[in-house]
Amino acid sequence: MTNESILLAGLAGVLFAAAPIVFAVIGETITERAGVINLSMNGSILLSAMGGFSVSLATGSLLLGFLAGAAIGSLVALVVAFASITLRQSQVAVGFVLALLCRDLSYFLGNPVMGQSGPRLPGLSIPLLSSIPIVGTLFFAQDLMTYFSFAIVVLAWLFIFKTKAGLELRGIGERPAASYVRGSRVEGLRYLYTAVGGALAGLAGPMYSLSVKAGWKGTISGLDGLGWIVLAITIFGGWKPFRAALGAWLFAFLQWLGLVLQPSLPGIPSQVLQVAPFPLMILTLLLVNLGDAEWVERSLARLPDKARKRAARVLRAMRATPPAALGAPFEKD
Amino acid sequence: MSRNRPVRFAFDAGGVVVAFVLTTLVLVAAKAPPLKAFANIALGAFGTWDVTANVIVSWVPLVLATSGLLVTFTVGLWNIGIEGQIILGGIFTTWALRGLEHSTLDPSLILALAVLAGMAGGALWASLAGALKTFGGVNEIFGGLGLNFVATAVNLWLIFGPWKRPGVASMSGTLPFDPKLWMPTLGPDSRLAPASVVIALLAIVAVFILVQGTYFGLRLKAVGRNPKAAYVLGVKTWQHMMAAFALCGLFAGLAGAVQVLAVYHRLIPAISSGYGYLGLMVAMLVNYSVPLAAPVALFFAALNVGSIQLPIVLRLDSSLAGVLQGSLVLLVLLAKGAKERFLGKVQK
Repeated sequence: MTNESILLAGLAGVLFAAAPIVFAVIGETITERAGVINLSMNGSILLSAMGGFSVSLATGSLLLGFLAGAAIGSLVALVVAFASITLRQSQVAVGFVLALLCRDLSYFLGNPVMGQSGPRLPGLSIPLLSSIPIVGTLFFAQDLMTYFSFAIVVLAWLFIFKTKAGLELRGIGERPAASYVRGSRVEGLRYLYTAVGGALAGLAGPMYSLSVKAGWKGTISGLDGLGWIVLAITIFGGWKPFRAALGAWLFAFLQWLGLVLQPSLPGIPSQVLQVAPFPLMILTLLLVNLGDAEWVERSLARLPDKARKRAARVLRAMRATPPAALGAPFEKD
Repeated sequence: MSRNRPVRFAFDAGGVVVAFVLTTLVLVAAKAPPLKAFANIALGAFGTWDVTANVIVSWVPLVLATSGLLVTFTVGLWNIGIEGQIILGGIFTTWALRGLEHSTLDPSLILALAVLAGMAGGALWASLAGALKTFGGVNEIFGGLGLNFVATAVNLWLIFGPWKRPGVASMSGTLPFDPKLWMPTLGPDSRLAPASVVIALLAIVAVFILVQGTYFGLRLKAVGRNPKAAYVLGVKTWQHMMAAFALCGLFAGLAGAVQVLAVYHRLIPAISSGYGYLGLMVAMLVNYSVPLAAPVALFFAALNVGSIQLPIVLRLDSSLAGVLQGSLVLLVLLAKGAKERFLGKVQK
């Protein structure tokens, strides 16, 4: 293989490895747009990975495996919705408990299927399109779920910004009281979007256990921690589908880069390179939040006019402002 | 309101019962004998003096982490970054020991300095999360999570890089320290250091006094209840949040120091062992009450230690402990929500 074809295969692999993260991040983005934080992500991805794999192994059906993953994801999300919307408990507290509980549950219940070889999602090259140079290898020689990961970004963007229902979704996350006055059933819709977001995130699990990291290997599956990254990428994405997907691809790219660079950086142990993208995520979190900080505005005001305008433009472009009612319970009166 | 008391208690008790029922169902689903599993955990935690000593060994860092978290919860902060703060405590302790191990200082003085270094490390890392929140607008949950990953990376880098064992670096950690630099334990084979138990008890008492008995604690509570109102009344809001972060970091760093000095005698990759996250669970389960934290932490530690034998005896995964702990916290939270919904909130 030539250097270019190795690079191309690597980048195609990045899109493939990022697909589950894209699904989870889009799911969380939709949930948070409705004003609910589903902090359980780390546990729901693990539990749906284990559940999807077990179902697929028992039935021999890939479809049932993916459906089981989506069902588990939305079920966990509904617990968050019930506890926070109906019972008015802290979303963060319930989500955090579920993140740990579902993780341990997946390890406990997954014990019997651990290490077994099961079904695996086959590749699906699209005829003609896949023979286009570069583009073909990158986008048309993947598997079905990776194609869906491209589609879901566009669909989510269309839904959130171009449809009436999407406008309503943004409304209940920004100004629930105003939406309620206009006739939106705020609590019912929050339930709905939490479940939908949970189902999308739940698909990420089987995408790992039936494709990207096929099989269930318990604590060494290498999936623990990804859910927390999903939450960080959601913020990095500024609650916008395209930017969120960009974050997912960037993250997968950095992880791949770590693997590729490892031989040329013998001083740095491989374990460090594997976690290197995580610190970079915080740095970006800091950058996207910087524009909102008061002291930044104050120091900007002291700059000369031209420099100030330029700095302000850069900060505005990076800035990500959360839905105004994110995490806040909605009281009708 | 007092008439409702038995009903309110029934809700809490109901939550606990349902949690046990759920865990039993999980066991049945895994085709395991539930009673045998629970008995095995109890025996694994209190069957012999040795395992009970291990429960206390595991209780110490858990109580230290919970003590710190009770301070940050009082001021209304979710210090999820505590895992990283424990790791930094372990790193700074190891760093101090490495620097001082060949000095002529008295070993007990070296130990004391190493503990202080660990506390400083934890406080430093916590202050970083606090600074990210205060000056960078980064929510403490996401800043903290990110810092946890950074701490893990730094720890691995040290163990596999600059501090690696002579010869080959490994996941088993750095080279163990000279036994004269170990925190004295009950016996040559014991990991239980009486001093660490005293430290843990002092920590929980200190937090109790701080939160319940000082003007500073009162101001922390005011900020926690309503930061805007507290600010209007002249309480320096962000300064109190930073102070709470730093205090929590001191306790977390102490936990890391104890793990290095008394339990492992070296720095290992999993030095925090999830005690920070477990501390968050304990704090939530006791509804942020300081006096209840110590006994509940003991119960959680017993579950952790008791489940170690499960894979060998019953071929079950030891994560059963986490399933029971998680179910308990979840169901108690749900029961609290149901109670408030049906009976109204109690004004404290």
